[in-house]
Amino acid sequence: MSRLLMCPPDYFGIEYEINPWMRRSNQTNGDRARTQWKTLTQVLENKVGAKLEFMEPVPGLPDLVFTANAGVLYAGKAVPSRFLHPERQGEERHFIDWFTKKGYEVILLEDEMYFEGAGDLLGFPDFWIGGYRQRSDIRAYDELSKIFEKEILPVELVDKRFYHLDTCFCPLSGGELLYFPPAFDEYAQTVMATRIAEDKRFAVPTSEGQRFACNAVCVDRHVVLPTGCPETMAWLHTQGYTTHPVELDEFLKAGGSAKCLTLALD
Amino acid sequence: MGMTTQTVTLQGHIIDSLILAKVVDTIVMLGGTFTLTEITVGTQREDPSHATILIEASTPESLQEILKSIQPHGAVVETEHDCTVVPAPADGILPEDFYATSHLTTHIRWKGQWIDVPQPEMDLAIVVNTSPLAARMVPMASVKKGDNVVTGRKGVRVFPLERPKERDVFGFMEAQVSSERPHRHIIADIARRMKFIRQHQKEGRGSGKVLFAGGPAIVHAGGREALSWIIESGYIQVLFCGNALAAHDMEASLYGTSLGYNLGIGRSVPHGHEHHLRTINRVRALGGIKEAVESGIIKEGIMAACVRQRVHMVLAGTIRDDGPLPDVITDSIKAQEAMRAAVPGVELALLVASTLHAVATGNLLQASVPTVCVDINPAVPTKLSDRGSFQAVGLVMDSSSFLWQLARELGWKG
Repeated sequence: MSRLLMCPPDYFGIEYEINPWMRRSNQTNGDRARTQWKTLTQVLENKVGAKLEFMEPVPGLPDLVFTANAGVLYAGKAVPSRFLHPERQGEERHFIDWFTKKGYEVILLEDEMYFEGAGDLLGFPDFWIGGYRQRSDIRAYDELSKIFEKEILPVELVDKRFYHLDTCFCPLSGGELLYFPPAFDEYAQTVMATRIAEDKRFAVPTSEGQRFACNAVCVDRHVVLPTGCPETMAWLHTQGYTTHPVELDEFLKAGGSAKCLTLALD
Repeated sequence: MGMTTQTVTLQGHIIDSLILAKVVDTIVMLGGTFTLTEITVGTQREDPSHATILIEASTPESLQEILKSIQPHGAVVETEHDCTVVPAPADGILPEDFYATSHLTTHIRWKGQWIDVPQPEMDLAIVVNTSPLAARMVPMASVKKGDNVVTGRKGVRVFPLERPKERDVFGFMEAQVSSERPHRHIIADIARRMKFIRQHQKEGRGSGKVLFAGGPAIVHAGGREALSWIIESGYIQVLFCGNALAAHDMEASLYGTSLGYNLGIGRSVPHGHEHHLRTINRVRALGGIKEAVESGIIKEGIMAACVRQRVHMVLAGTIRDDGPLPDVITDSIKAQEAMRAAVPGVELALLVASTLHAVATGNLLQASVPTVCVDINPAVPTKLSDRGSFQAVGLVMDSSSFLWQLARELGWKG
């Protein structure tokens, strides 16, 4: 059974602007955010069959809700994030505490080697892909590759709206890929074309890419994704996946959606 | 060099991710050039690869722009150090830990500036002149007390050999040491290269210098006529040999024999073994090879062709020499110096049927000089390659057959 880490949106809100989605003038609605988040947890638990674990929310850390950025966990080891923006650096110790309490071997990257966790590092069984240039430093992937003994191919993110890899790239359990090609440079697009067969790749249309269709959670043959992505859902159906659209607009105001709100613990 | 340079390193899964390709594309796009001075590719999928890239740009500003553009892709600027120098403690003595050179293009860094060390040669030391700033490679015996000798490896940069653009045998630079491989196309390539060098020289490009180092087996085995024709036709500019090649060649001119064997009938003749001694004595009496040829005593052959074509000859002696001929330099350090002085500008080296001269010449040549080593004994080209002259193409064959085929490729009708 897949286990996911989530954090209730008790203190979620737009308190600063560190990506093009965030506008303090476009404030979130707390009740709607809590309802949407609750719906997501119910879908994940009841329809998808995931087991959820929860972190304590912390006042003054509105983005702690985006647990995908806690770090990367694999084979009993945890490498916590080193956030680029000072606004999020306060989250680091809470994630470290949680990993430590849960018995992970915590390995810290050196200072200023920026790396924003599972937001920027996603994997297929054979190889992982690491997004760089927006938030994470490419040099971190050389370190992570040694720590986890995995091939990590760094890919350059070129659109500020898609500032984390998980906003434009979603590997699926069957080896397929959802991605938004304009978010990557040509070298990265070539790498994906080389590594993943054409019939296994779905380039989400612009309108759905901008709704964060790729910020989806895939557990076995289930995919939980934001609403308003019909073409992506149709393609997923042709591949034999069951789709679960969830309204998550309040979180999109901060530049996040389903995937950003979860961290895979296995 | 008139260029600004900087070494950077790149580490990680840089090949399949196309990061290395992106970095070098960026360098070129911004007007720079690059040399991949080192690359280690991981053997397993999860193993990282490592690349060291030397970037050259026309101005410091252009270099800064390149560095700024490639650093986000993981290129790390390598900290550069000046080389360290220690004064030579005495004439002919190098300081401990002196830097031993290779025959590849070498630069040293002094007060933040990289300078070229001209005429690279293996197994020498580097001496730095601070004012005016210059560096040179110096043999151990020639170092003077107080010379600033480079020590350690810091601040020394060696460039790998670039593959020549020509798609001939030299373009592949593999030491083809085998008697069981066809030689004809290799010899045709050598001839083509010799014609090309001569043509270039006529057009005012290049020195046109071809070096030939040979042993007496050329005369014994019957390659004398072909080699004489090649020299007479102006294809050779420098000849390195010992006492024996010259002596037996002139013996053939005077007596028709080589080591007492009649070259025409292939049989030893009575008292033939004395012929080379009588030849040497005669030439000694005349004052030297040039005098012997110019006086008309030596009418034809390799030495006659060399004198007539004003070939730069260096004859180096050995302990088994008879005589020797007056032209032979018997002090081996002086002989080495004379050979070294004849090497700059050589565009092709043919080392034929002589272990001693092949290895000695190989030691003096920079790696970028196309080199052919011909010997009937496979150990010779192998030895040459083992001693560092990895650029040499080895041909295992009889020297006479080689020279006949080469001369014919060059247009000989003999």
